[in-house]
Amino acid sequence: MQNSFGEPQTILLLGGTSDIGLAIVRRLASPTLRHVVLACREPDSAAASIAALGADGADVRAVAFDATDTAGHAALIESVVADVGDLDVVISAFGVLGSQSEFDHDPGAAAAAVTVNYTGAVSSGLAVAAQLRAQGHGHLVFLSSVAGERVRASNFVYGSSKAGLDGFAQGLGDSLVGSGASVLVVRPGFVKSSMTEGMKAAPFSTTPEAVADVVATGLRSGRRTVWAPGILRFVFMTFRHLPGAVFRRLPLG
Amino acid sequence: MAEQRTRRARLTGWGRTAPSAADLVDVDADTVASTLKAEVTAARGALVRGLGRSYGDAAQNGGGLVLRLSGLAADAVIDEARHEVTVGGGVSIDELLRVVVPRGFFVPVTAGTRFVTIGGAIASDIHGKNHHGEGSFGNHVREMTLLLADGSTTVVSPTARPELFWATIGGMGLTGIVLEATIHVWPVETSRCIVDTQQAKNLDDILSLMEEGDHRYRYAVAWIDLMAKGRHLGRSILSRGDHARLDQLPERDRPSALDYHAGVIASVPPIVPMSAMNRATIKVFNELWFRKSPKHRDGELQTIPQYFHPLDMVGAWNRMYGPHGFVQYQILVPFGEEHALRQVIERLAGSGAASFVTVLKRFGAANQAPLSFPAPGWTLTLDIPAGTHGLSAMLHELDHVVLDAGGRHYMAKDSHTTPDAIRRGYPRLAEWQAVRNSVDPDGVWQSDLGRRLGLLG
Repeated sequence: MQNSFGEPQTILLLGGTSDIGLAIVRRLASPTLRHVVLACREPDSAAASIAALGADGADVRAVAFDATDTAGHAALIESVVADVGDLDVVISAFGVLGSQSEFDHDPGAAAAAVTVNYTGAVSSGLAVAAQLRAQGHGHLVFLSSVAGERVRASNFVYGSSKAGLDGFAQGLGDSLVGSGASVLVVRPGFVKSSMTEGMKAAPFSTTPEAVADVVATGLRSGRRTVWAPGILRFVFMTFRHLPGAVFRRLPLG
Repeated sequence: MAEQRTRRARLTGWGRTAPSAADLVDVDADTVASTLKAEVTAARGALVRGLGRSYGDAAQNGGGLVLRLSGLAADAVIDEARHEVTVGGGVSIDELLRVVVPRGFFVPVTAGTRFVTIGGAIASDIHGKNHHGEGSFGNHVREMTLLLADGSTTVVSPTARPELFWATIGGMGLTGIVLEATIHVWPVETSRCIVDTQQAKNLDDILSLMEEGDHRYRYAVAWIDLMAKGRHLGRSILSRGDHARLDQLPERDRPSALDYHAGVIASVPPIVPMSAMNRATIKVFNELWFRKSPKHRDGELQTIPQYFHPLDMVGAWNRMYGPHGFVQYQILVPFGEEHALRQVIERLAGSGAASFVTVLKRFGAANQAPLSFPAPGWTLTLDIPAGTHGLSAMLHELDHVVLDAGGRHYMAKDSHTTPDAIRRGYPRLAEWQAVRNSVDPDGVWQSDLGRRLGLLG
């Protein structure tokens, strides 16, 4: 159960090694926090993530989670709930960026990336939503991306998977109205993290910590969509309405 | 019997924080058992809810069943010779007062609000301004009829199943539902109170005034201006009194001595987009409140609502705090640990957290209930907007001061603390859990508070 300050007792991070996800967990940690579950591909290699949390007093554990093993998602959520009780905050933070030039030559790799980013998020998101509905409270945070807001030629496979995820998350949020549970869709811009290591930072780039601040404020004030940084909301409001001929010519990388 | 309508509803406590959705159904003493049987699910259980005046999540059961129990005060049976009333658990003190005061009786204990059900008063073991002499609500319960988890009913009293009786008092509704209770009531000659008011210039002053003089009064409480600092730290208004005797009323009021009127003069509208309670408005209010109070005034006549329930005159005043709601922090610090009380007050006064109403009360003896809050010591209560920056971290810090001093939190007010704090503050928790498990082995009775604070074992 969350307390009256919105401080969670349990957090489940799907994508347990995600820099942004871990930053959100750190931001939400308080003396109230009792359990953190990091769901990641290789739980044995989560030691660095567990250390990075430094959540004193809370029990932090890693469990195996394969985004593409959609058949196993419901059972995974059930087993986490059996271990730690009600889920107060669940962060869906897994995803792969990939390289558009590689995808252009390898449709199979593109499909695999989309399976992780979209199909895996749909499957695990529905399993989480069922639990939140049953417990009558809880927040599900989806890390979407501005890349899905207006998909660009330079990363359209990734962008389209995030566009799908974003639409799914919004619809799921609407379907949960009245259930006591809620969905927060987070649309970060370029985040300097291990996922984007070596890439040239785009304008209005941000950090995992800054995204975490935006998420914490959004949860606290009951927002349903947040942008990080906030100005991107207005930038993409403009982009969305630009004619294709203009949009294609923008030097967006 | 009308068909019961169950609907998913979003519930909060009076502080309007941490909502959860539950299957809510209105019941009365006749329908509660059948509704429980028909609607309860094993996974999320059931809980009874009264008027939702506990501040945090005590009357919430996310995902489960919430039975909102009502009752009719008109059905209350008054035994005038024994000074006892037998009344439904869903009847409020507000409704009960309207019945008993004109007959010359007063409830044994009332909280700062009269919108508390008898069942809620028992489950929270509420206390009032008379605790130093007359104990908490549970001290005055002669007998209760409980609906147990298996659907059966049982009668408990200090002599019949005493462990279950005392586990239910202060048991936060997690041992069974109080269908009916027989409680002691005080005879009163009038519906007025006679009140002495006195200012105290700082914390030392108020503590010594209360230590030296509370025992001369039936009711005593102090209001602290938490916005005052330095040499004014802890400046207070001490208000003490008793029920007025007939001969204390002016001649012209005596024929209507037992008339009782309690109304709401205004209500806060449902939507308050932002908090009207901020540091500036709270500071002004506290300053004005202190200045308007007399330095010393004896023998003032006040009505029951004026004296006991001043906040009830404004309906839905909790909405004043806007969308983030507010938290009430009520702690106990045992006698001899006044340094901890001072530390808490200094920290709060220095922090910039603004408390609208801060109340200090000197408790008397504890009762036998394992989870009853009051015990010999000081209790301090504050109302703070939940949106206050840094408030949560400060309260966690104050928790340590309070617990290290052997103090505890009042669960009916709590909405922020931890299972560990409850274990430390209530060393008899395991004893209570054993009684609960013996009457509810399958864990039918559940609540958000129970889950959050680890009461359910």
